[in-house]
Amino acid sequence: MAGLELKKDFPVFGQKIHGHPLVYLDSGASAQKPRHVIDALTRFYETDYANIHRGVHDLSMRATDAYDKARGVVQKFIGAAHEDEIIFTKGATESINLVAATWGRENLREGDEVVLTQLEHHANIVPWQMLRAQTGCVLRVVPIQPNGDVLLEAVLAALNAKTKLVSVAHVSNALGTVLPVEEIIKAAHDKGIPVLLDGSQAVSHRSVDVQKLDADFYVFSGHKIYGPTGIGVLYGKRAILRDMPPYQGGGDMIASVTFEEAIYQEPPMRFEAGTPPIAQVVGLAAALAYVSSIGMDKIAAHEDALLAYATQVIGEMKGVRLIGTAPRKAGILSFVMDGIHPHDIGTILDSHGIAIRAGHHCAQPAMEALGLAATVRASLGLYNDEADINALAVGLFKVQGIFG
Amino acid sequence: MSETDNDLRELYQDMILDHGKRPRNFHVIDPADCEAVGHNPLCGDKLVLFLRVGEDGRIADAAFQGTGCAISVASASMMTEMLKGKTAAEAKKLWAYFEAVCKSNATPADMTEGLAEDDIDRLQALSGVRHYPVRVKCATLAWRTLESALDPKAVKKVATE
Repeated sequence: MAGLELKKDFPVFGQKIHGHPLVYLDSGASAQKPRHVIDALTRFYETDYANIHRGVHDLSMRATDAYDKARGVVQKFIGAAHEDEIIFTKGATESINLVAATWGRENLREGDEVVLTQLEHHANIVPWQMLRAQTGCVLRVVPIQPNGDVLLEAVLAALNAKTKLVSVAHVSNALGTVLPVEEIIKAAHDKGIPVLLDGSQAVSHRSVDVQKLDADFYVFSGHKIYGPTGIGVLYGKRAILRDMPPYQGGGDMIASVTFEEAIYQEPPMRFEAGTPPIAQVVGLAAALAYVSSIGMDKIAAHEDALLAYATQVIGEMKGVRLIGTAPRKAGILSFVMDGIHPHDIGTILDSHGIAIRAGHHCAQPAMEALGLAATVRASLGLYNDEADINALAVGLFKVQGIFG
Repeated sequence: MSETDNDLRELYQDMILDHGKRPRNFHVIDPADCEAVGHNPLCGDKLVLFLRVGEDGRIADAAFQGTGCAISVASASMMTEMLKGKTAAEAKKLWAYFEAVCKSNATPADMTEGLAEDDIDRLQALSGVRHYPVRVKCATLAWRTLESALDPKAVKKVATE
């Protein structure tokens, strides 16, 4: 299996960590940045930077143009029907909070139900708990299988006349499970229930088309798809966004203001109060252009082959147990080792230049369901290759050597 | 051998690995005079500390339960060994010394005054964490939990972050 040989595009790989070449297997937490994105940010700050939607001067017009064009780049990247369906947020977390605080406050009453799964990231749990405290709505949690899979039947069983929203991960950040989102959306829509997909762990691994999926809301973070931190996306269907009240009040989100009243802008501006993260939006567009130039299908095929290789190599090691072995997975290999805590594994791997994540991965309910406090998580990016997996295997042997 | 290998060997020395694998005093004391829960939100590790205090005001028995990495389990195991026979003031003095060695190589001489050599050796064994700033909270979880167990006013739950 040939790698994509893309490490050369990422300056971070030009250094040694504790005397070893960097083996970066933590892209699920945050992906490294290609030269393409770093240069786009530098160029923008050096030549085109100013505030947007305000100035009549040249720089402001250039910055506004770059910002507005980026919205179109995101629209095309996820296959949205309209540019105004793309709202820039500071990350997937804020995107979900925005939906809960606006759409949720407007549409949920006491006893209404929001359906989640047991493997959600805390970012798709806590905003709904906060909404529950405000509205008295009920969170209905779909259990996961021992192998980390989410069965369609289990989701269907959770839907009833009181269900007002289904909010689930597209891909699990802790286990890599790909949820049957097409079927979930179809079943929910048959009952008139809208669906929010948390695509944070999906968009960097798969080609995503929100129209084909027919998702009502789709959220993701820029930093996990090789873009800057501080920028995320909320996609919402136009008809839904138009009925939603504003999230935060301030500049840019109003059409006119007197002390008696404020007339709000139409989406997406209604949801982007204040000066947005302008350079980060430009950086995100550069990141999407970069992955598009490689091709999402090519990235998916490469990562799937690498995950299969890692599953075999690491899964066959004595004393290693894979956690999350659902039939459909993307980009993530979670595991535990007999008698050795993930944090100790993480420290020893780091001393060999290998970056993994050890812990509960902000998915404590999923860990609890599986009877674990923590796992080791190796997560893949487009730059990883077989040599990285081999280095991980060697590192794990060294861990076992120390713990004998 | 590289500096990193030396640091790693210092962190995972035999005494730590032994206590990590076979923790001493790993049980419940029921009834206990003091109980406190320690929690490391970063990794989800949890520790419950039990103390029984004798009529002379000294710690008569100390034990713990919970899950954690080799460093946090070894630290709790060695701490419970050290605590037996100590007064609260003496225990706090050990903690002050340990907190200092986790941060720096050079510990002020007056901090070791009155401490048993055996206790100093045990605490020094754990001092390798100072090369691993994120792991310091693993080594100190048990001691922070002790601090809260000994404070009658404190809420008996302590987080290391």
